[in-house]
Amino acid sequence: MSNILVFAEQRDGQLKSYALEAISEGRCLADGAGGTLSVCVIGAGITDLGATIGSYGADKILMADDAGLAVYSPGGYAKLLSDALSSSSAEVVLLSSSAMGRELGAILAAKADASLLSDVVETTWDGDHLVVKRPIYAGKAFLRVAAKKAPVLVTLRPNVFAAEEKSGAGSVENMAVALGDADAQVTVAETVMKASTRPELTEASIIVSGGRGMGGPDNFNIVEELADTLGAAVGASRATVDAGWRPHADQVGQTGKTVSPNLYIACGISGAIQHLAGMNSSKCIVAINTDPEAPIFKVANYGIVADLFDVVPALNAAAKELLA
Amino acid sequence: MKIVVCVKQVPDTETKVVIGGDGLSIEPTDVKYVMNPYDEYAVEEALKLKEAAGEGEVIVLTLGSEDAQPVMRTAMAMGADSGILLKAENAALADGLAVAKALASEIKTLDADLILTGKIAIDGYGHQVASMLGELLDMPVLPTAKTLEIVDGVATIHRDIEGGKETVQANTPCVITAEKGLNDPRYPALKGIMQAKRKPLEIKDVVLDAGGIEILEMSYPARKPEGRIVGEGPEAAAELVKLLRDEAQVI
Repeated sequence: MSNILVFAEQRDGQLKSYALEAISEGRCLADGAGGTLSVCVIGAGITDLGATIGSYGADKILMADDAGLAVYSPGGYAKLLSDALSSSSAEVVLLSSSAMGRELGAILAAKADASLLSDVVETTWDGDHLVVKRPIYAGKAFLRVAAKKAPVLVTLRPNVFAAEEKSGAGSVENMAVALGDADAQVTVAETVMKASTRPELTEASIIVSGGRGMGGPDNFNIVEELADTLGAAVGASRATVDAGWRPHADQVGQTGKTVSPNLYIACGISGAIQHLAGMNSSKCIVAINTDPEAPIFKVANYGIVADLFDVVPALNAAAKELLA
Repeated sequence: MKIVVCVKQVPDTETKVVIGGDGLSIEPTDVKYVMNPYDEYAVEEALKLKEAAGEGEVIVLTLGSEDAQPVMRTAMAMGADSGILLKAENAALADGLAVAKALASEIKTLDADLILTGKIAIDGYGHQVASMLGELLDMPVLPTAKTLEIVDGVATIHRDIEGGKETVQANTPCVITAEKGLNDPRYPALKGIMQAKRKPLEIKDVVLDAGGIEILEMSYPARKPEGRIVGEGPEAAAELVKLLRDEAQVI
């Protein structure tokens, strides 16, 4: 019997889509081991989230709701998560492979003297041991790793695990919150959110990416228009980032972000090995390139060998028509 | 100001990964090893801070095999003053906490004002050692810095977060990880390369804590079924959109 603890990430009172994925995966693991699923959620004014978390299969919801927790602080959040680990006597802790999840996972691992397995794409039980699959070299290879010591911490890659609603509601337990100054060693002086309505690259279910074939920064408008029609995020190859056409935050690849959307549309991207590493786990890949020999076609499910400046606007028009 | 920069030797991003005979690690033949790209930004930033202060010391700290020395010499050729190699076997894909513990126990003896490293190592992709170091050393961690300023013992960084930007501060000593864009790492000059050969590089044997994990197998990504060329002009766009909706069911 192994108990599972999930950290459910929320921002501004909204659960992240990958938090629901983590809860569902936690439910599967708890069922597989005959254990209890506890879900810890931390923030301010978040009582409403209990019902949602329960509806995704949590047995117990450990809620830390306090005005002092409105802004994420690694020290304060990690301390509460550490309390949740003790009270749930969990042997497996699931977080998401997001900026917050990775940081909290690492701090908690050091506090609990536990191993942390990052960016996991598959989990199974082998007897009492959790066995996971995770990418290395940004996806050029994968490791199967067994956890030999409890507790073990795991961050799950967004967009890989299915979120599944269940019938039922968990019991909510309010956590005691007592934050000291030592828990806020890092202060956030200012946060500026972008006005963009596009989804975040690592969370997006569709990504439209541009490469060197875009020819210049101004031409990305056609990629952006297609992205907006599809509700997609915009990505970029290293060449375009190095040339200063796109911000580094948009870079997909071994020295950028590793993504696994349902659909990845590569426009004018030849497919350097380090780029392929970052996106070849996408479920469906479309390549648009004038060079039929470009390596991107080797990983693409669908290809159009033509000038992207003709194809991308045509694709946008066709998508608009179909989705209208 | 005493700055410790943790650097790792990793396979170059152009490397085609070939799994070795043991099925647990990569075949090192034909692999070009380089300094982890994000660690290069950390080295550069340390050197800039030292130059701006007009005094200070930059120590390169590496956990790895004896073969990691060239990467440390590169950091010294850029301008770092000395190096410490914590020599361990199978360090490349070792348990992150075991690595953090080994680094932390060495850093504790160095009385540093600042610990700099890259935001991630592009081989293991563990994304954890820096945050663990902070916890083990009881220091704040400022991750993924795109700018760094230190005034009167307070470090301020700018960083990208999901959907926006943040300005974050902490008192030194602290751990800071470097993001692309923090600076443009310098190329070592010939003079620097010559000087680096004479700079002190201490090698210490360490035994990594076994950690709580066991690597069972290394594998290649699943092969995708052969793709299909839908067409050779913009007229294929309508057909592609239909395929994406009806066959692939992704839009």
